[in-house]
Amino acid sequence: MNVPPEKMLAMYRMMNLIRRFELRASELFRDGRFPGWIHVCVGQEASVTGACFALRPDDYICPTHRGHGQSLAKGIPPERMMAELFGKKTGTNLGRGGSMHLCDMEKGILCGVAILGDGLPMAAGAAMSAKLAGNGRVALGFFGEGASNEGIVHETMNLAALWDLPVVFFCESNQYAELSHRSAHLKVDTVAARAAGYGMPGVTVDGNDVLEVLQATSDAVGRARSGKGPTLIESVTCRLHGHYEGDPQVYRVPGDIDEWRKKDPIARLEEKLMKEGVLDAKSKETVIGEVDRTIAFAVEFAEKSPYPAPEEALELVYA
Amino acid sequence: MREIKFWRAFQEGLSEEMRRDPAILYFGEDAGGNVGGPFALAKGLQDEFGEKRVYDTPDSEAGYVGLAIGLAATGYRPVVDISFMDFTLVAIDQIVNMAAKLRYMSGGAPKALPLVIHTMAGGGRRAGAQHSQSLEAWFAHIPGLKVIAPSNPHDLKGALKSALRDDNPVIVMKHKAILGMKGEVPEGEFTVPLGKAFVKREGTDATIVAVSHMVNVSLQAAAKLQEEGISVEIVDPLSLSPLDRETIVASVRKTGRLVTVHEAWSPCGMGAEIGAVVFEECFDFLQAPLVRVASSFNPFPYSPGMEDFTIPGVPRIVEGVRKVLES
Repeated sequence: MNVPPEKMLAMYRMMNLIRRFELRASELFRDGRFPGWIHVCVGQEASVTGACFALRPDDYICPTHRGHGQSLAKGIPPERMMAELFGKKTGTNLGRGGSMHLCDMEKGILCGVAILGDGLPMAAGAAMSAKLAGNGRVALGFFGEGASNEGIVHETMNLAALWDLPVVFFCESNQYAELSHRSAHLKVDTVAARAAGYGMPGVTVDGNDVLEVLQATSDAVGRARSGKGPTLIESVTCRLHGHYEGDPQVYRVPGDIDEWRKKDPIARLEEKLMKEGVLDAKSKETVIGEVDRTIAFAVEFAEKSPYPAPEEALELVYA
Repeated sequence: MREIKFWRAFQEGLSEEMRRDPAILYFGEDAGGNVGGPFALAKGLQDEFGEKRVYDTPDSEAGYVGLAIGLAATGYRPVVDISFMDFTLVAIDQIVNMAAKLRYMSGGAPKALPLVIHTMAGGGRRAGAQHSQSLEAWFAHIPGLKVIAPSNPHDLKGALKSALRDDNPVIVMKHKAILGMKGEVPEGEFTVPLGKAFVKREGTDATIVAVSHMVNVSLQAAAKLQEEGISVEIVDPLSLSPLDRETIVASVRKTGRLVTVHEAWSPCGMGAEIGAVVFEECFDFLQAPLVRVASSFNPFPYSPGMEDFTIPGVPRIVEGVRKVLES
């Protein structure tokens, strides 16, 4: 795939933003600066970036409970997302959703869904809406290999294939479903193999190679946009943190983090960009500086923002 | 005024609204062609509105309810048929965790989530334990959902039209026993508002608040009691959520006695909720403890004698009113 240098640099910047946002969020959570639970995607930056950079700004995504990277890659403003993590009124969801339900309809980010697989029919419905309206949009629904065992995933894939809906089912196989290794729950070697059962293509890609993810997703998006229906993409990667921050990870396969760190998606893209002369030490420093300033601003914005008034809890129950 | 049947009132309300609003789409199992679903409620719909507005779905309730949520969030107004209310449980995760919460947890985006789920409830048709339940309380418990249970053709047509214009998820519960019931329905345009209860019969000695078809059975019971000089007021909430507390409370303040009647089971049912509302708001007006009439606490049996024993009929309602009048 011939990707223009500017786009590769933009993806490099985004992957760094996601990595550094997640590490910062992890620290802030550890220090008790915001409530709830967070599920970070450290290690999965190529997967979410490659997926979202194959989309148009007006395309839809449906994030999961591990949705920070997915949402950043689709353009959610980092400061409003951070404010949402803090439960502030200036958050993307006005403080009503938190980390697991990130939403920004202007960026095509349908609400994050924290019940495994439940967001996929919503993504398929948004795709059907686009098809009926003839606006050329597609929808991409994120899920994991753990969610692939949910019944709703099966129902949605059957419906989407049956009606040729312009949707991409994007499975981030990050090796662990909550607190178990994938081998504990899946008989098949690849989730993509299941696509055959629905009459749609299924592909497995190296989820730590952003260009491979971009290529596969672009192909699937092109197929969807031209009316040929859904595709199942399995992006094989690994989450380097626990299921949630603070997870003791007693279930972890010994040594796997070291193995996966050798395949670090950001280092791999960086090496390629350096070799091709798209990036050098100086421009790298510029990118990292920008990213760090963005995150510092996001934290400051979130901390300075007011909380919603408690009684605002009563609003928005009904339209 | 002309009379039409319950099923016809549904069809009229639906097709009038689909003519009025091109954003309305219809989904149902076997909804296509000449079939129109297991109760033929959508018969002819696809012929009139075409395959881009009327969909014959696979047996996949959770899937197509979820799909409808995505459509509703992006500008369409889907109507979903879940043929039997028992099957709403297959999709309850999508209804309760997605439809009821999407707007709220996203901070009000999307601005509307117009989704109508209509379903057939109730027993008396010898359909057994998995095709006879009345599960309204499961949904009335959830903030973000509206639940209506029209008891006659007029209210069905009018409230269905309101539901189709509402910007929230609405569960429309219809009782199978009254599909063929005839009732007066005006020719022209009219709607029945959601969230408002109706006094179906005025009386002075006791108030019956009844749900769905039990309104009709209670009216028969009231006529029988009238022969003995007992005057019963009957309130039909129609909307079970949000519940019109004022109309119910006003009636009980007048009569001082409350009997609730529904086909769902008693524990945690609408009768318990309505009783609690009355206790909270007009305890001082009560002259007797509340009486709850409901199905006996067993799954619905198949054999006719056993099913008839299970479901409240006129004698059980009459007995309930006598009991509330004792003290």
